[in-house]
Amino acid sequence: MKHFNISSIWNKKTKYILLFAGLMILVLFILGLNISIGSVYIPFGDVAGILLGEKENDTFWNIVWHIRFPRAVSAVILGGALALSGYLLQTFFHNPIAGPFVLGISSGAKLAVALIMVFFLGNGWKISSFALIAAAFGGAMFSMGFVLLISKKLKSASMLVVSGIMIGYICSAVTDLVTTFADDSDIVNLHNWSMGSFSGISWNNVRVMAVVVLLTGGMVFFMSKSIAAYQMGEAYAKNSGVNIRFFRISLVLLSSILSACVTAFAGPVSFVGIAVPQIMKLMFHTAKPVLMIPACFLGGAVWCLICDLLARMLFAPTELSISTVTAIFGVPVVIYVMIHEKRENL
Amino acid sequence: MEQYFFRAKKMTVGYDGVPLICDIDVELKRGEILTLIGPNGAGKSTILKSIMGQLSLLHGAVYLEGEDLCAMREKELSKRLSVVLTDRVRPELMTVWDVVATGRTPYTGWLGILSAEDKEVVKNTMELTGITELREKEFLTLSDGQRQRVMLARAIAQEPEILVLDEPTSYLDVRYKLEFLSLLQKLAKKKGLTVILSLHELDLAQRISDKVLCVKGMYVEKTGTPETVFKPGFISSLYGFTKGSFDECSGRVELEKVTGTPQIFVLAGGGGGIPIYRRLQREGIPFATGILWENDRDAPVAEALAVRVIKERAFEKIKPETFQRAKKEIDGCKKVLCAIEKFGELNRENEELLLYAKSQGKV
Repeated sequence: MKHFNISSIWNKKTKYILLFAGLMILVLFILGLNISIGSVYIPFGDVAGILLGEKENDTFWNIVWHIRFPRAVSAVILGGALALSGYLLQTFFHNPIAGPFVLGISSGAKLAVALIMVFFLGNGWKISSFALIAAAFGGAMFSMGFVLLISKKLKSASMLVVSGIMIGYICSAVTDLVTTFADDSDIVNLHNWSMGSFSGISWNNVRVMAVVVLLTGGMVFFMSKSIAAYQMGEAYAKNSGVNIRFFRISLVLLSSILSACVTAFAGPVSFVGIAVPQIMKLMFHTAKPVLMIPACFLGGAVWCLICDLLARMLFAPTELSISTVTAIFGVPVVIYVMIHEKRENL
Repeated sequence: MEQYFFRAKKMTVGYDGVPLICDIDVELKRGEILTLIGPNGAGKSTILKSIMGQLSLLHGAVYLEGEDLCAMREKELSKRLSVVLTDRVRPELMTVWDVVATGRTPYTGWLGILSAEDKEVVKNTMELTGITELREKEFLTLSDGQRQRVMLARAIAQEPEILVLDEPTSYLDVRYKLEFLSLLQKLAKKKGLTVILSLHELDLAQRISDKVLCVKGMYVEKTGTPETVFKPGFISSLYGFTKGSFDECSGRVELEKVTGTPQIFVLAGGGGGIPIYRRLQREGIPFATGILWENDRDAPVAEALAVRVIKERAFEKIKPETFQRAKKEIDGCKKVLCAIEKFGELNRENEELLLYAKSQGKV
């Protein structure tokens, strides 16, 4: 008996290590794939060479260094941020189908960014990345405030999601209205962005998002003990020594910052936040935050890299919006989770 | 140094600023068990929630060794007080071991990783509560009773000085109820754990508690030792029941008595009458019984269920008047049942009654 227990614990550990190693290799491999494949094919060997600092072929170097590499890195960072934000929201609302997109948080951020963009561009001003994030954060908090108000009134998990989707629709409608009245030249840009896309991201953007996401992600990881306690319910968490007020506020702020950062750079990206944490839970067969936080980040990165690759390649040279692809893969996962949950509740 | 370990002083509790129960005063020494009893919805849970800090007090204070509980930081409090609640928990993908281990949260480092010592505590607690064989099972697949035991193990693994439990025995079958309360008693008496709990089982409350607090209405109805609280008639007035009865001495409940003219006379004594009384009650037949001594085992149930009980004072011989009254009662009844198997020196009169009934063909 004792022997059996020890070996089962050891097995669990190896399983986790193997899964993490697998995820990491997957991220690197698909990152390479994303850089290599495109309207111009660049062999893997050349990609590796360029990344290591060789500068033989100027065209290749330009494509890799200025277009594909920052785009792929941003998919990694933002995908991770989205999945993490989804995991936090699911924990916070004790709701397996919560996520920044279905709760209308992404759309709130989108609206705020659109307003700021139209205003700034209309006056001929340049917008800094931080200003964009700040605007997105404001918008995200606005939606979050609504969702929190509703969640106080309605205890039902599905009604929460329904109200989130409605908030999302209102925000999207206003965004459309704003873009309609914007100057023509801006609209193309704004329109692309408001559909969700990783294109046109510069190294400067990448630097900013890396700082924001890594800092926030680090803070989330530091909260993993409180998150674990919170999974037992608020009352037990409080009795375990968690300062519930502080914890709730931090969780709301951190998840909003993460989804705001994504929206500021890539627009609203749907269903990554719901689907990835669910898949990771199934893969690791645990909901422990110490494992789930890094796992969600890596899983989100893989998910977004694959989706971005498909968005670019499926109907090349026409590029699909990223949300189109993420929805196609994400929605089946969500439906599976909903059916599974229901069975468990009955 | 305070003499009492736990002390509630003029505590007023309620929701959203509306007082529900006012001016509660309780003092407990280390290792004492306090039980809250009272009807549904009287506010037992509200009081417990206020003590554990889930609800803020409207007035007054709660002290632990003279320290104000409300002023204590969560972290500090979590090492001293742990709880078992009625809330349903739905921890995802967590095994029983994982759930019990969450009790160690106040002691672990910032990542919540268990030390060897923590693991030892979790293991011992699981043995103590008898859930070792559930260890690797997923919590959500357990029955309600098993979950309850796991949550108790979790609370004990927190190594508190005071344990607050809200209706911990609901969902438990009779075996686990007894095991659970013996465990509480052992922890209280051997390790000096102070326990505050609410119970619906009055008989158990009477046996386990050092102090009982009766909750009903705006003020606490009564506080004290079980001996002072379980006075005849008090329980039925506390719960406001008019149908049936509660025997404060044995903790036994009986259903409502059947009234009317007695149709059957039960000759009883020594405990043999109880099953017959209950059967007659179930069948809805009014009956009389006798002759019982006041200290007979049948007497309390007879009082609760019979229309008339012919009694004799304890340790006395049966007097002729008593015998005559019984005889008259038999005359009024259509039938006589005899629950006495063997007559002895002192209840010759009962034997005579039986013969009398036989002569009338009523047996």
